[in-house]
Amino acid sequence: MSIGLTHYLVVAAILFTLGVAGIILNRKNIIVILMSVELILLSVNLNFVAFSTTLGDLTGQVFALFVLTVAAAEAAIGLAILVTFYRNRGTIAVEDINSLKG
Amino acid sequence: MAAVFFYLFSSVLIASAFMVITARNPVHSVLFLILAFCNGAGLFLLAGAEFLAMILVVVYVGAVAVLFLFVVMMLDVDFAELKQGFQKYLPAGLAVGLVVLAELGFVAVGWKSAPTASEAAAAPILGNVTNTAALGQVLYTKYVIFFQASALVLLTAMIGAIVLTLRHRPSVKRQKIEEQNARTAKSVVELKKVPFRAGV
Repeated sequence: MSIGLTHYLVVAAILFTLGVAGIILNRKNIIVILMSVELILLSVNLNFVAFSTTLGDLTGQVFALFVLTVAAAEAAIGLAILVTFYRNRGTIAVEDINSLKG
Repeated sequence: MAAVFFYLFSSVLIASAFMVITARNPVHSVLFLILAFCNGAGLFLLAGAEFLAMILVVVYVGAVAVLFLFVVMMLDVDFAELKQGFQKYLPAGLAVGLVVLAELGFVAVGWKSAPTASEAAAAPILGNVTNTAALGQVLYTKYVIFFQASALVLLTAMIGAIVLTLRHRPSVKRQKIEEQNARTAKSVVELKKVPFRAGV
């Protein structure tokens, strides 16, 4: 049985689901939440690449490249905010991050 | 043969993604994330996107995952306490996961691409150039504006990360070059007439 587009879509769907479930399950741990976001972006990239190959259009791979760029920037900024927050408050629990609530 | 590798990569990818969200120790989570990215790169290779596969290994495993590892190990956090809500959120997580999976399943199975989709390709994949060369040929011509914009995104991220984490410690002694250059003999050297045999 040859591997078609549907196989890739199913793998990406499972990966996306695991990412979303990871965000909900690890509500307190922001590091694991960031890692779940990375998983979600990986699954989206998998979809882009699979469609790009199947339809013979390189644009999907170009877009996946841009998604990678934005994901790298997001991880860098997110972790920088995390380090600054830990330095100021001594904790990274998500429910303690409420200074802006007023 | 490709099918064997597809099932190998995808099963390890899904298993390691599962371990990322369930591992007790965040260091293990990061290591499983690295495994997931490596297998994702394998899937990219099977799909024919060699350049993206290499970029995934270099950028994600080499930079982002190591950054995660660095932050996890640097912060002295009680991770057992952060893990406490796991049981409480398990039903909600499972419910949302199942709903999302069901919806995505419907979409993944019941769809059809338009017959003109291949003709409408904005940048058709040609057989005579490698994947990297083909990507470069469209990235630097057709999508050069987006390329520059993504460069700006990275520049902003770099400046932002430096600005956020840089801190000035007042206790640290630093070299002040302009003060050193502004010193003259008149301002720092004082000549005193000392009487003979009387001390200063």
